[in-house]
Amino acid sequence: MSATNSAGTTGRTPAPHTSTAPSTPSFAQSSWLVAEREVRMKLRSKAFLISTGILMVVVLGSILLGGFLGGNTESTTVAVTSDTAAAVQGQTGIEATEVATAEEAEQLVRDGDVTAAILPDDSTPLGIVVVADSETPSGLLQQLSITPPVTLLDGDAQNPFLAYLVAIAFGVVFFASAMTFGSTIAQSVVEEKQTRVVEILMSAVPVQALLAGKVVGNSILAFGQIAMIAALAIIGLTITGQSDLLSLLGAPVLWFVVFFVLGFVLLAALFAATGSMVSRVEDIGSTTTPVTMLVMIPYFLVIFFYDNPVVLGIMSYVPFSAPVGMPVRLFLGDAQWWEPLLSLVILAITALGTIVLGSKIYENSLLKLGGTVKWRDALSR
Amino acid sequence: MLTLTEVTKTYGERRALDAVSFDVAPGRMTGFVGGNGAGKTTAMRIILGVLSSNSGTVTLDGKPLTPESRRRFGYMPEERGLYPKMKVEEQLVYLARLHGFTTGAAQKNAEKLLDRLGLGERRGDLVESLSLGNQQRAQIAAALVHEPDVLVLDEPFSGLDPMAVDTVVGVLGDYAASGIPVLFSSHQLDIVERLCDDLVIIAGGTIRANGPRDALRDAHAAKRYELHLGGDAGWVRDVPGVTVVDFHGGDAVFDVDSEDTAQVVLREAVARGTVTSYTRQRPSLAQIFKEVVA
Repeated sequence: MSATNSAGTTGRTPAPHTSTAPSTPSFAQSSWLVAEREVRMKLRSKAFLISTGILMVVVLGSILLGGFLGGNTESTTVAVTSDTAAAVQGQTGIEATEVATAEEAEQLVRDGDVTAAILPDDSTPLGIVVVADSETPSGLLQQLSITPPVTLLDGDAQNPFLAYLVAIAFGVVFFASAMTFGSTIAQSVVEEKQTRVVEILMSAVPVQALLAGKVVGNSILAFGQIAMIAALAIIGLTITGQSDLLSLLGAPVLWFVVFFVLGFVLLAALFAATGSMVSRVEDIGSTTTPVTMLVMIPYFLVIFFYDNPVVLGIMSYVPFSAPVGMPVRLFLGDAQWWEPLLSLVILAITALGTIVLGSKIYENSLLKLGGTVKWRDALSR
Repeated sequence: MLTLTEVTKTYGERRALDAVSFDVAPGRMTGFVGGNGAGKTTAMRIILGVLSSNSGTVTLDGKPLTPESRRRFGYMPEERGLYPKMKVEEQLVYLARLHGFTTGAAQKNAEKLLDRLGLGERRGDLVESLSLGNQQRAQIAAALVHEPDVLVLDEPFSGLDPMAVDTVVGVLGDYAASGIPVLFSSHQLDIVERLCDDLVIIAGGTIRANGPRDALRDAHAAKRYELHLGGDAGWVRDVPGVTVVDFHGGDAVFDVDSEDTAQVVLREAVARGTVTSYTRQRPSLAQIFKEVVA
């Protein structure tokens, strides 16, 4: 019927309809409305805001701490006479105070004003002697010693300790984000079932739009958090002067973000589907555990096998661990240029298949209230 | 006109709906009555497309329903539910926007409805903080906020106090009067009796009675009459074909074997003296229900 109010001409009771009937929103518009609500409600949760804040502080704090502990910016102070000034000339990290006599220099050492004094001594082959107060200034000795130049045959190889840290960082960020937002999706699905609002929603929007909206909304949140972590990391590395590391990490981090987006969509569809199979929030674990394992396995693999090229190679192609495995290999310089692209295609195809399967499970399970839906029923037809 | 034709739904061996057919006419309130597990909720879910039927069709004005046309339906499910952590008005605006309204229009509709339903002052409260009765009103608002073209309400009056029932009856009456089909189920037969124009009675998944309320009452009226006379009514029991059910002075309630006998009694009564009233007793909805479901 026309929603135009025609009470005046027909003499009918005025219609409650006062505006023209709106056009049906498209699938994308419906999904976007659902996504928008997911984001809005999550941002309103104090627990979420506080935990995000803590995460950011921890990230920034660990980078700053690493910068201050690692960066040896304090220079060694030494006293020299006019005869020995040449020995420290041009040496970075040594701050020389020139005094007139050897006695004055020794006095400065005793007073603790300088770490050591460098004095002329013809009895040694070098012609100088280092005078310190109570302990040998080994740092200074290294700086003064002459080392032959070194040529590395594998110049690209990364410091193994740094590689370990980077591998773990990728693993932790993926694990933390996937777990946080994955369980948020599962909970939000069950909450709609538990509060029975789902039946109204199903009569208003297509089930697939509901699922898509949830996945998109939580992916935006997860992506936002990852982007903030990445930004903080870049800022932190810049202000602590670790720009060398930054330039090494740049490309792998970008790849990580790309892999993360697809990998998260894959997991989100799985979390939504398995979440929809239970009727109460308390029961979520009973169906989402297999998905949780899929998130945890790559995390542990990367911790134990970060230096095993075979395991990393396999990890970088298996869709669930590729978001961690491929960026680590890229950082180590082990991957050919086409490898991340191939892995990305495999991941995208798997994600697409999972979404189809997930929406089947979701659709079959949404209205089955009461118990836990059996896998056979969830996948039927 | 919303029409169900031969709709059948089975769960395994059990037939929840067995060739169910009925109409919901525009501009009329159709009461959908049945016991627990009779199939009311299943039928409503099938109308809304939330559940699919094994066979049969549901049409609106002769056209099969599509997901698009169903989005112009207003639905109140049996299983109540709104987002507990959302504000009342925010929730209604969200639902209206899912149905395609702009934020501004959605806002206006929500405000108007909440005022009408007596929830205006609670619009900024979280749904979970409302009393059950008020949550119920919010639920009704959720079914109406997108100005639907068809209303399907599963037990809209359960949990409402008598005042709220009157408010909701008024609102739904306006919707029906504006020319849209309204189907509502209820087990509160007195409300259905007062409110509905048409009636559908379902039991065990089959439609037992269906049609305008008054026609149904006439069809199910027993041949029972009530007579009030100025003088003594004792003679009535001697009329052939009459079985007296109740008798007291000038008042008598009796069953007749045919319409002719009823006319014989009336003529005799007029001939004998004053007739204060002579009525055919019409059964209440509760009586009809028991009769057709039995």
